[in-house]
Amino acid sequence: MKILVAVKRVIDYNVQVRVKEDGTGVVTENVKMSTNPPDDNAVEEAVKIKESGKATEIVAVTVGDDKAQETVRKALAVGCDKGIHVKVDGIIEPLAVSKILQKIVDKEKPDLIFMGKQAIDDDCNQTGQMLAALLNWPQATFASKIEVKDKSLEVTREVDEGLETIEVNIPAIVTCDLRLNEPRYASLPNIMKAKKKPIEQINASDLGVDTKQRIEQIKVEEPPKRKAGIKVANVEELVQKLKNEAKVI
Amino acid sequence: MSVLLIAEHNNKEVKPFTFNAITAASQIDQDLHVLVIGNKADEVSKSISQVPNVKKVIHIDNEIYENFLPENFTPVIIKQAENYSHIVCSANTFGKNLMPRVAALLDTSQVSDIIKVISTDTFLRPIYAGNAFATVKSTDQKKCVTIRPTSFDPAATSGGSAEIVKVEPSEATSLTKFIKREEVKSDRPELGTARVVISGGRGMQSGDNFKLITAIADKLNAAIGASRAAVDAGYITNDHQVGQTGKVVVPDLYIAVGISGAIQHLAGMKESKVIVAINKDGEAPIFSVADYGLEADLFEALPQFLEELNKLNTIQK
Repeated sequence: MKILVAVKRVIDYNVQVRVKEDGTGVVTENVKMSTNPPDDNAVEEAVKIKESGKATEIVAVTVGDDKAQETVRKALAVGCDKGIHVKVDGIIEPLAVSKILQKIVDKEKPDLIFMGKQAIDDDCNQTGQMLAALLNWPQATFASKIEVKDKSLEVTREVDEGLETIEVNIPAIVTCDLRLNEPRYASLPNIMKAKKKPIEQINASDLGVDTKQRIEQIKVEEPPKRKAGIKVANVEELVQKLKNEAKVI
Repeated sequence: MSVLLIAEHNNKEVKPFTFNAITAASQIDQDLHVLVIGNKADEVSKSISQVPNVKKVIHIDNEIYENFLPENFTPVIIKQAENYSHIVCSANTFGKNLMPRVAALLDTSQVSDIIKVISTDTFLRPIYAGNAFATVKSTDQKKCVTIRPTSFDPAATSGGSAEIVKVEPSEATSLTKFIKREEVKSDRPELGTARVVISGGRGMQSGDNFKLITAIADKLNAAIGASRAAVDAGYITNDHQVGQTGKVVVPDLYIAVGISGAIQHLAGMKESKVIVAINKDGEAPIFSVADYGLEADLFEALPQFLEELNKLNTIQK
């Protein structure tokens, strides 16, 4: 069985994002970037399945500018076998990413596709579901547990009401929740070894996919600021303020 | 031009956030139709037909729709979509799972999680966990939009009498099989719609200690929330998680206990009207969004808090 894992490079989750003064976006210069957190869970799950003997090959793919390759290199360092970097500059929307991934799937013919449930930059939560639609594959979104069976996966999904379990036929797409597993760190020897693993470079334009933006970003602004609050000295004062000033209890 | 809203329900009742989504959808265009797909969901269609903003209800009923599988929902939505300029749905796990599958087949770039309708093609949406707001304009002919329900008031639920039109179902998928749903039943108000929310974080130290929070929640008729750290540590189930990838809540009063205030948690609660933070670390980022901060050991503060609440003659419910 072959697994394709999609990873995205985003501003690191610990960075306090700042909006550009001209309203065209957020500041990305000299800002720490890393792999989108739930994409790390997707990589980890694929590696675990390979370690259990149920998969034979893992391909890590990213779509983005030159530096996006770092996320593939990191995936290779924790156990993926081969990388693919589809190069595209500028903003690319989930619909275009899913069309690009569809082309990669045609070529690589994976049995399973894993990716994070949402990217923490645009917070779209679309790509996995869109790719599933384009391929006419089943989708198991927001997965917190995956059990590989003979010709299917049993997946526990995190939903608003609690948990839901579904069974999807292979081939299938799974989007991963942060609770799926604990991603490992790459060891130094494995980081060195990963440098020798192949990363195939493909230009998005060569795939015949229209990556033109369909959504115009008119402006990006700071959200309204909360006015500074106060510290109260003790519980008694807190309750009095809530009762008499805020009038919420 | 008209708008088609996909209703979220449990085959018996309309989920409350559908009414918030109706408000947003009717701001896009007054000619709003609602699509109810379910199994023996006649009551759902009837309730929605009574919403004054709704002009027509389209009802598709079959046992294959019992568990809301997007693989089964998508074909019938695509068929209905022909007649509409906008397909909309609330941005909770139901809509997040479903809408992109529809959008891809309509070759539309979806606009996710809008918090304001600016015009029929332009919307405001949070990005980077709400640390920035983007004004975006969809240039697709047909638009797929998901709505953050807490950013819109619920529509009136009575007074209307829209016609209900029944439509034939499509083929069922064999790709996906529903196995089970583990719903956590509770007598408390729902987290998403509660007037008061009290949440615990890693500082609670154990699931057992959440009883301190429960006691106050009982007193204030509050819903119970949690940070991701508390859920990850196994103190409480995932349906309580508030944050970027959990639930977004906008109560009148949000009380954060033992929560440091990671960016991803703030994303889920910082629009609350009044925020209280109780934390022993005076430098915790949660204090930067709190209207009232109490720097204290929660194990002392919570019992005192309950005691003070007990002293009040009246408490708003």
